[in-house]
Amino acid sequence: MRSADLLRFNLQLLLRHRFRSLMILLALAIGVAAVNLLTGLGEGARAYVLNQFSLLGNKTLIMLPGKKETSGGLPPLTGESPRDITLNDATAISRLPGVTAVAPLLVGIAEVRFAGRQREVVIAGTSSDYFSIRQLNVQQGQPLPAMALDTASPVAVIGSTVKRELFGNAPALGQWLKAGDRRFRIIGILSSKGQAMGMDMNDLMLIPVASAQVLFNQPGLFRLLIESNNSDSLPAVKQRVELLMQRRQNGVADITLISQDAILSAFGNILTTLNLAISGIAAISLLVAGILIMNVTLISVSQRTAEIGLLKAIGAADSDIQTLFLSEALLMALLGAIAGMLLSELGLLAMRLRFSDLAFHTPWWARLLALSIALATSLLFAWGPARRAARMSPISALQGKVN
Amino acid sequence: MRAQLSPLRKQQTMIKLSQLCRTFMLGDQAVHALNNINLNISPGDYISVMGPSGSGKSTLLNVLGLLDVPDSGHYLLQGTDTTLLSETERARYRREHIGFVFQSYHLVPRLTARENIELPLVLAGIAPHDRQKKVAAILAQLGLTERAGHLPNQLSGGQRQRVAIGRAIVMQPRLLLADEPTGNLDTQSGLDVVAILEQLNQQGITLLVVTHDNALGQRARRRIRMVDGRIVADELAGIIASEADSHA
Repeated sequence: MRSADLLRFNLQLLLRHRFRSLMILLALAIGVAAVNLLTGLGEGARAYVLNQFSLLGNKTLIMLPGKKETSGGLPPLTGESPRDITLNDATAISRLPGVTAVAPLLVGIAEVRFAGRQREVVIAGTSSDYFSIRQLNVQQGQPLPAMALDTASPVAVIGSTVKRELFGNAPALGQWLKAGDRRFRIIGILSSKGQAMGMDMNDLMLIPVASAQVLFNQPGLFRLLIESNNSDSLPAVKQRVELLMQRRQNGVADITLISQDAILSAFGNILTTLNLAISGIAAISLLVAGILIMNVTLISVSQRTAEIGLLKAIGAADSDIQTLFLSEALLMALLGAIAGMLLSELGLLAMRLRFSDLAFHTPWWARLLALSIALATSLLFAWGPARRAARMSPISALQGKVN
Repeated sequence: MRAQLSPLRKQQTMIKLSQLCRTFMLGDQAVHALNNINLNISPGDYISVMGPSGSGKSTLLNVLGLLDVPDSGHYLLQGTDTTLLSETERARYRREHIGFVFQSYHLVPRLTARENIELPLVLAGIAPHDRQKKVAAILAQLGLTERAGHLPNQLSGGQRQRVAIGRAIVMQPRLLLADEPTGNLDTQSGLDVVAILEQLNQQGITLLVVTHDNALGQRARRRIRMVDGRIVADELAGIIASEADSHA
């Protein structure tokens, strides 16, 4: 039988049993659409998370106190160490060749009060370099002034949420607020920015690092952000920082240096695994569609028993009959998969329109996966019924008896 | 047609059945549907096979049509021992050498008259252009040109049987097997169908008709009567032929 004839024969079959065909196509389409939609959502979420972390930029190193030797898995985001990173370390590092900016970070939570209102706010002690490294802008006022790291100064830059919660619509610039038992004058308000590295940049107060040391009564730094002049020199800078710290900490560099790439790849791994799990769930729906195909092919075989007998009588070999039923199932799978892909693209388009900052789209591997699972399940599940049809005795088949 | 044709037997014997047996198990009882059948059929023969229900005439037709395989004995079709063929080879023989006409037509309901007639050509993988010519000729021959685009359920019984005959002869087989071809038809349609079959026989096709209908059976030149899986009579146009063959 010619392939064109085979196709025409099967299309006629689909058109002649419209309701049946429609039901199978629907089941397959839903299966394929589920794979595509779920992976599309997963990919969108993944892109969003990766984007959050890439705000750090690829020429920045983070230095944490304490050495973490374990490789693989998540790099340590919090360091615990008996040996603190000091402001002197920061100053020394800032003098290294290739280092353009160093921002110390000392983070704590304190109650911030203004005119009877109060709020628990994350307070980060840092320096003016922090603004350039994290690409922060102020919508009013000015950033933290550039000055020696060990100089305390009662000034603060607040995030937009802090401003709204404590001041409402009243002007905040120049006001004095109280954090813990210290007073700070507001010199700037940050432009709105989303969440990054798990910190809500809007619900934050920035003060000079020396002031934070006093406020939280803690000399050691939480972390140090080190920016190199370009991404290529990052490995060299990393080495220099390690050597310097080794010298300063009496032979043992009790620090951990992480770069954006390390974080991204770790998160990337987690999210890819998550995505695969989601795809697995979606693939189960295709399996269900496959079982439906098996049932429908079985019904098709028993409904068309006499036709099978006739085809055999007029010269169709067993293999021809098998090909007929397998290709019918394949054709349905293909059409169903195409319908499912269109459906999922429409769904993702709708999502993109609704949540404009999430880039939902199905990766190519997921589409191929959905298509091949649809085809494979239909082949797999139609195989048995098709085999059964092929093996029928032509005489009993002509009489409409299945066996 | 085929190279296996023995030159000596050419035109002498088209079909030779020797000591053919076919037994079915009905519960735990063996039914001898074909009991030691010996039969020679020459090209161009017009044969009727009659007998009561269960006499084995349908089984004979199925074995002759290569739809069924005998348990023992030999069936030589144009010199080839068909009992040695594989299922795929038998399918090819059916396609190329044998046409079937059934009592209940067995048309594919979703296909038009033209497509039903075309079906064997499609299965044989013949190019659409060649198919069209052959089918058009058959449609004209059977007076179905006007009804070519109709589905079976839009045709009368006689027209359906004519479509079925068209399908049976479109591959130009040498042997045409008809199982009660008029069984579902009124008298006039039945006569029309018989006329067509006989006309085909006059053009050289070997025709074997299995029937209950005495009037139809008497039209054949050679009349075979079966009882209990045996051939009990083999008359040639009124003369009682030797029964030695069937009782050897």
